[in-house]
Amino acid sequence: MSIAWYLAVSAIVFSLGAVGVMTRRNPLVVLLCLELMLNGGNLALIAFSRMWGNGDGQILAIVVMTVAACEVCIGLGMIVAIYRQRLPIDVDELRELQG
Amino acid sequence: MSSVLFFIAAIGVISGAIGVVMLRNPFYCVLSLVAHLISLAVLFLLLRAEFVAAVQVVVYAGAVMVLYVFVVAYVGEEGDSIGERLRAPGRVGSGLRLGGAIVGAALLVELLIALLGTGLEATSGYGAGYVPGPQAYGTPAYIGKLLLTRFLLSFELASFLLLIAAVGGVVLARRRGGIGEADEHQTFAPLDLVRPRETGTTVESVGTFLPHGQVRAARSEQAEQSPVETGAGRST
Repeated sequence: MSIAWYLAVSAIVFSLGAVGVMTRRNPLVVLLCLELMLNGGNLALIAFSRMWGNGDGQILAIVVMTVAACEVCIGLGMIVAIYRQRLPIDVDELRELQG
Repeated sequence: MSSVLFFIAAIGVISGAIGVVMLRNPFYCVLSLVAHLISLAVLFLLLRAEFVAAVQVVVYAGAVMVLYVFVVAYVGEEGDSIGERLRAPGRVGSGLRLGGAIVGAALLVELLIALLGTGLEATSGYGAGYVPGPQAYGTPAYIGKLLLTRFLLSFELASFLLLIAAVGGVVLARRRGGIGEADEHQTFAPLDLVRPRETGTTVESVGTFLPHGQVRAARSEQAEQSPVETGAGRST
């Protein structure tokens, strides 16, 4: 398949993730949709890397995976902290940041 | 063959993404994301990125998703009530959802125009030439060589970032005072090993405090003595 097909799939995945980030209220699912957006970006990076026959895009994809793992670590820690404070696990209800 | 595999994997990727966005139960969202990631690894394999595909399956679909499942199992005891709250009347849900869908569709159109409507002729090609071999494009040897020579700085920065994130995750998720009351009296100092814990305090002078072992010893002595006493009391 030509590279353009992969780019189309990556655009679809990215915009689906963006819709999820905008509409879902559970912060866990918001994090999952962020992963979707990062994965769309990864697919585009690897497709472009294949297009040029150059490994730079793959390295950048691995770095994006690392950043995603860090984001998951911090985000899940924050969700556990919110749960410990007996606050609602809901993005709309969480208006205060004082803890 | 490769185009059939591409369509199967692309359908898996997109339906997994739709499942993440649409499903109500967070646990099913996580499972759907796992399916999405594995299909995405197939796409990476089709793009000759063997090492990234392996990392995707092992690290992402394996480790990170297990972390998600644990947190969903820990937090999501009220998973159904979260869904009920979403469906509860009086929320602005429908308008928000419609607006999100419109913005997402606009974003998709814009991205497709930007990616496919460019004058790049290479996007309609099949990629650069590929010569199979032990150090070919995308193999672990190729990626490792790039990571340790040309991208050494970004590699080190990424490892440092992971370290900071691990420390931050532990700091954020630890128990704070006021919630974990049960753990408060179990502090343990190094000096407790060499001297009794209440040395130099009033408790020691009064003599009411005994460390755990001594308390047990005293109780067992009492237990040995008490039958005799009670027996003597009964006999008299």
